Amino acid sequence: MSGVIIAGAAETDQVGKLPGHSTLQLHLESALNALADAGLTTKDIDGIATVSAPGPVQVAHSLGITPRWMDSTAVGGTSFLLHVRHAAAAIEAGHASIVLITHGESGRSRVGAARRAQAPASVHGQFEAPFGVLGPVTSFTLPALRYMHDFGLTHEQLAYVAVAQRRWAAKNPRALYRDPITIDDVLASRIVAYPFHLLECCLVTDGGGALIVTSADRAGDFPKPAVHVLGTGESSETPLISQMADFTESLAFRLAGRAAFAEAGITTADVDHLMIYDAFAHVPIYGLEALGFVAKGEAGPFIADGNTEPGGSLPLNTNGGGMSYTHTGMYGMFAITEAVRQVRGEAAAQVAGPEISVVLGNGGMFATAGVLVLGRQPRDRASA
Amino acid sequence: MAEKAVPVPTPETQPFWDGCAAGELRIQHCLDCGEAYFYPRPVCPACGSADVEWFTASGAATLYSYVISHRPAPGFEDEAPYAIAVVELAEGPRMMTNLTGVPNTPEHLVLDMPLRVTFERRGDVSLPLFAPAGEST
Repeated sequence: MSGVIIAGAAETDQVGKLPGHSTLQLHLESALNALADAGLTTKDIDGIATVSAPGPVQVAHSLGITPRWMDSTAVGGTSFLLHVRHAAAAIEAGHASIVLITHGESGRSRVGAARRAQAPASVHGQFEAPFGVLGPVTSFTLPALRYMHDFGLTHEQLAYVAVAQRRWAAKNPRALYRDPITIDDVLASRIVAYPFHLLECCLVTDGGGALIVTSADRAGDFPKPAVHVLGTGESSETPLISQMADFTESLAFRLAGRAAFAEAGITTADVDHLMIYDAFAHVPIYGLEALGFVAKGEAGPFIADGNTEPGGSLPLNTNGGGMSYTHTGMYGMFAITEAVRQVRGEAAAQVAGPEISVVLGNGGMFATAGVLVLGRQPRDRASA
Repeated sequence: MAEKAVPVPTPETQPFWDGCAAGELRIQHCLDCGEAYFYPRPVCPACGSADVEWFTASGAATLYSYVISHRPAPGFEDEAPYAIAVVELAEGPRMMTNLTGVPNTPEHLVLDMPLRVTFERRGDVSLPLFAPAGEST
């Protein structure tokens, strides 16, 4: 088994505020850019994956692709990590040879976007919505106060997550927010959902991204250096934030990470670059601990000590993340495209020659998780 | 002003909502392994047994975590900022709720504080809310 590679990766020409693009158009522009990045045309694609709405049938048909394999896994912002994992299995099973994975979301402008409301008879509609929940800002954030209480995470340390990521964003011309910020700036921004301030929340933008996944046997056939998929993992915990087993840790993060690291045959010491989906400032803290980079309760001080910012030992969210770069609603694709750029050596805020990059995505808040271990070398050589 | 979201019971959740209407917090437990659980469903999440039954919980709980929302959901415009809380019932399960009979401020909402269920009518159902234990409900 030779494994698979990401042979092409690209985003929409611009990310941010794109009222002239429908949701579908964001998918198609991303797809064409990823195909160009890989030196391929639509006729080379025989497998397609994307979230439902618009879904793989619509995206394939719009591009003139007739797939022999498709995946519409839609479990929130991490879905694209799962698509890579499922595509890897499909390619190794011979069900597809070159898979296109697309994301497009008019998260800010809402052009041609799907409805968001949940039915009042759904489990969420009965047991969470009646209590004044208004999207992720009032529910993804719910576990944080328990974590702060139990592990002594301070408001200043939480704020510093946004400060550290802004330092990366300052190096990225495509980032929506690039001006330096301080802890005081974060704590002075308005409270959105205590204990979270505006600058501790992700952006809401328009944009898209796409990937081309194929067999590692074809590494070298494409214009850009191959990025090897060394390990993958996925898991889910609960669709209701109130029903997480322990508000101080994510079971799904931990299980997805464990599977991906085991498959890749790596430990945290092997990781040179890291992307953790940062919908809110506490998520990188939960992610660092779930993946085992630091012990429980240590991630806040670890970030506040500068370890994850430019010049630190563990470069984290080097595009600026969902809090400073872009966040369409399903940000996972952008975490992957940044990891690909870093492994290729073409990122705006390039770190020194990363051999291995890890991507952790969350979906439906803490409901689901996906993890990818990406490398410059194939699996047998990466772990040597 | 928009109306607050009103839950629509389903057959497997109806006994919970019937309990709320009667002023009782009725949840389920497993007759095989003893696990008490919430939200309502026909299978024990701990052991997979379908041998489960409804019982009336004590209504005692503690404050597990919360946020204080400054951006009101429809119908909550006059209450913002208001707490969206998760409480841990004395029997073990946790549930989302709102907190009444106490100012919804960080100073007044201390994690692990004892709470007691109370019920508020909304549309065709009654919702379980929680107030500091010892206060009149």
